[in-house]
Amino acid sequence: MLESREVTKVFGAKTAVDHVTMKLEKGHVYAMLGPNGSGKTTWMKMAAGLIKPTSGEVLYQGQPVSIASRNEVAYMSTEPYFYTWMTVRDVGKYYQDFFADFSMDRYQALLRRMDLTEELKTKALSSGMMAKLKIAVTMARDARVYMLDEPFNGIDLLARDEIRAAVLEYATSDKLLLLSSHLVEEMEAIADRAVFLLEGRLVENVDLETMRMERGISMADRYRQIYGHTEG
Amino acid sequence: MQFDSTRPIWLQVMRELEISIVTGERGPGEKLPGGRDLALAYSINPNTAVRVYQELERAGLCETRRGLGTFVTSDTQRITALRSEFAHQTVHDFLQQLQRLGVTREQAAQMILKEE
Repeated sequence: MLESREVTKVFGAKTAVDHVTMKLEKGHVYAMLGPNGSGKTTWMKMAAGLIKPTSGEVLYQGQPVSIASRNEVAYMSTEPYFYTWMTVRDVGKYYQDFFADFSMDRYQALLRRMDLTEELKTKALSSGMMAKLKIAVTMARDARVYMLDEPFNGIDLLARDEIRAAVLEYATSDKLLLLSSHLVEEMEAIADRAVFLLEGRLVENVDLETMRMERGISMADRYRQIYGHTEG
Repeated sequence: MQFDSTRPIWLQVMRELEISIVTGERGPGEKLPGGRDLALAYSINPNTAVRVYQELERAGLCETRRGLGTFVTSDTQRITALRSEFAHQTVHDFLQQLQRLGVTREQAAQMILKEE
């Protein structure tokens, strides 16, 4: 569904993504893992069509990502992106204007699940509430691909369960979900595949249950194997 | 449910369901949750949930009826066999632990009979 062909992104002297070639298929929940600066966010932004690769290409359904594919790819970035005067309701309306696949019903259902009320002003939200709002507004789209960059950051334990439930609810066989996180343990059971990036390069794109069966290790164990020596 | 992430998750959920079948919590012929509901109930990937039912079916412990869903097997002999498999495994593990403590099988048997 998403294919990365020799994708490279250079910012000045730094190569953020370095010849990444991989295929991500629908019907899977992928965990995208790697320490800060390993290229996760840059790769996602290229797949979302927000920035262009220096070389190589990302294909969505066999076509290079474009304005058109943006309608089917829902992306949640780590940066805050709401105007401070907006209420939670305004955020929904704003999204509804932007995306044809945005469902207000679904948004309201997600808000209820996340314990957010529509009257709340975004500037009054705690970081945890803001994180939940970003997820609600992204998942309220009926997209084919959902890419969530650090969905568990700043979110307390109970709210993480709600996010996991929301993710699983929309993880159907015709959709692709890609979640990046430093909180590897949060994704052990909900992801079925993991993509490991190291210094912009793809290390591995693995099936997690097969890895557990054949190597007897968890995703977190594999993370330590790959990055242990780089993080000290 | 807390999983051991170093072992396949489908295997751990399968074991949970097997235990519920053996204890009668889920009776013979009882309808099991659909794949998606199982995924949500255990907070696991939907593909993992599908695998759980495939493996339970392969083990003869459940059956899928097209359009109706997945059901616990009505074959009570199969359930009895699983119960005795579990019991044997438990005795085996128990004896291994006692062996490490230097307790003989005969002493263990005595201890079991005396235990209230």
